[in-house]
Amino acid sequence: MTNLFVLQLLNGVQLGVLLFLIAAGLTLVFGIMDVVNLAHGVLYMVGAYFVATFASLTGSFWWGLLLMLPAAVAVGLILELVVIRRLYTRSHLDQVLATFGLVMIANETVKIVWGVSPLSVPTPEILSGSVPLMGPLQYPVYRIAIIVAGLAVAGALYLVINHTRIGMLLRAGATNRAMVSALGVDIGKLFAIVFTLGAVLACLAGALVAPILSVDTGMGESVLILTFVVVVIGGIGSIKGAFLGALLVAIVDTLGGVFGPILLRSVLDPSAAGQAGRMLAPMLVYILMAAILCAKPAGLFGGRG
Amino acid sequence: MTTKTLLMASTMLSLGLATAATAQDDVPAGAEDDVLKIGLIYTLSGPAAALGEQARNGFMLAAEQIGEIGGMETEIVVIDDEQRPDKAADDARELVQREEVDFVVGPIFSNILVAIHQPVVETGTILISTNAGTSNFAGADCHPNFFVTSYQNDQNHEVMGAYAEQQGYQNVFLMAPNYQAGKDSLAGFKHSYTGGVAGEVFTELGQLDFSSELAQVAAFQPDALFTFMPGGMGVNLVKQYDQAGLSSVPFLSAFTVDETTLPATQDAAVGLLGGANWAPDLENEANTAFVEAYIEEYDAVPATYAMQAYDAAQLIDSAVRKVGGDLTDRDALRAALKEADFDSPRGDFSFGNNNFPIQDFYLTEAVKREDGRFATSAREVIFDDYVDTYADQCEMGAS
Repeated sequence: MTNLFVLQLLNGVQLGVLLFLIAAGLTLVFGIMDVVNLAHGVLYMVGAYFVATFASLTGSFWWGLLLMLPAAVAVGLILELVVIRRLYTRSHLDQVLATFGLVMIANETVKIVWGVSPLSVPTPEILSGSVPLMGPLQYPVYRIAIIVAGLAVAGALYLVINHTRIGMLLRAGATNRAMVSALGVDIGKLFAIVFTLGAVLACLAGALVAPILSVDTGMGESVLILTFVVVVIGGIGSIKGAFLGALLVAIVDTLGGVFGPILLRSVLDPSAAGQAGRMLAPMLVYILMAAILCAKPAGLFGGRG
Repeated sequence: MTTKTLLMASTMLSLGLATAATAQDDVPAGAEDDVLKIGLIYTLSGPAAALGEQARNGFMLAAEQIGEIGGMETEIVVIDDEQRPDKAADDARELVQREEVDFVVGPIFSNILVAIHQPVVETGTILISTNAGTSNFAGADCHPNFFVTSYQNDQNHEVMGAYAEQQGYQNVFLMAPNYQAGKDSLAGFKHSYTGGVAGEVFTELGQLDFSSELAQVAAFQPDALFTFMPGGMGVNLVKQYDQAGLSSVPFLSAFTVDETTLPATQDAAVGLLGGANWAPDLENEANTAFVEAYIEEYDAVPATYAMQAYDAAQLIDSAVRKVGGDLTDRDALRAALKEADFDSPRGDFSFGNNNFPIQDFYLTEAVKREDGRFATSAREVIFDDYVDTYADQCEMGAS
């Protein structure tokens, strides 16, 4: 049982850093620009498709990752210019409609461009295989690399947000947007930067998971809901909150997903236990969210109550 | 108003015609002309398109090699069922009523088979399934117009259960997606395995990240893992299994590691075990010819889907030749089909009382071929001339 706990904890942290990369952008866009962006999951998917394409063109995952970054910046800028910019003054309902439309358009476009069959990305040679943990336990090197990369990005974001001028503007924008713009900051430019940063982070998350998952059209929607939970738990607009929220949600999800069915199996038959356990893990996540919102209605680090 | 009435009238008329056709000792409308018309229904789009393409290619390869199937002018209609049972049922009706085909061949998926079975067989047209073989059609609902060139669905799982039993495993971890075929799979495995179960996990259908399940396998260290993860799920599972360093735990599977998924999993799958009724490296003349021709034509190693469809074409050819191209004597045609007088790439092949195959089953292992392609390889015979477990529930009698 201890072995399982250790492995699941690692899996939870790995899922957590991925969720953080996606949630960081979402929480900034939501907090600073006040835009509900349902199409954020699309960026995650697009990142995975980019890395799959570039990696197969160049024959190297690293080149794929490197080329993905400018492509992600371009997608972020274009999306902001063409669609998101027009939604700033609209109601949340309009934003939800427009970005939901974007999800459908993007999914169909991906199907037209890349076809319906899932793509796969080979794991880079030096990160394949696994390392021994304790006893017979092994853990894939690539998943450790994801954890390290995610933590590194989190650290870099922390530095940018707390120790640079643009970071200061971001924090100020998240707390009081009207005041920032009244002080003479070019809010249009700031928004474009925020959205593009979020897009790149989501694309990066998609690119990182590409070698362990197959690259598929529905992959964005599957993480989007959890990401929204992370944003709400962490407090809208707070990067620190997104980080803690992501780890919390991911660990509860992975541990609940395994230990739920195991506990239930002692009272139910395996297929029913599997089904109930599968429902239990997501339920735990929402119970956690409800509990946190009861104690802190603005989330863990919510700026605006 | 007028159009509506007309439409109504024509629908009633065609319904009436269809009933009339059924009443005439089930000789389908297309049987009397000089053309042998065959309709293929396969899933040719969506995530599982690779399976349908293999089957279509296998059938077309045989058709090309034979030329005139059964010595008759041959026409083949190919239809994509899009993996939608409602569409497939309409397609099947159109094939038998409008196109007046003599044979319907397909499909890949069991739920499609259930949808097209009745519309085809009740008009007297012969249906040959080249993959799906559900228990009801093998047992109580068997039908003289329905033939299967693949297997009964449970059999590949039973092969792996028997192998686990033979190895003396006491502690096997079982994993399948949470839907009917997944449950049937584990039931099939347990049919021939009596040892203990380390864990039994049902995953979400379409799940792509198996880290939680693999953590359980790593923690429990079972004697072996048995799984049924078709399509993309299997590709991911195999890759993640390899990365998790679990290769010390034997990986037993059915419909998970085959020539349709091996191009994606490549080296990660080498050494993994499966159960099947055939493998590309079986040594017999018919098989060597088939595999070489397939690779030449389609630049890929055939999977069982292709082999079974190839045999369906051979089966039709042998039977139509036997009756001298006369498709109006249905009893003679059915008897000729039942003889299965052709050389199957799998070696021994005959039909049981329920028109399902009696054949050998093998333990297969994924290997890298000399030409760099990946394929399954037959390691040993697990079942010899194996009859499915539902055959005795079929009361078709000798026809």
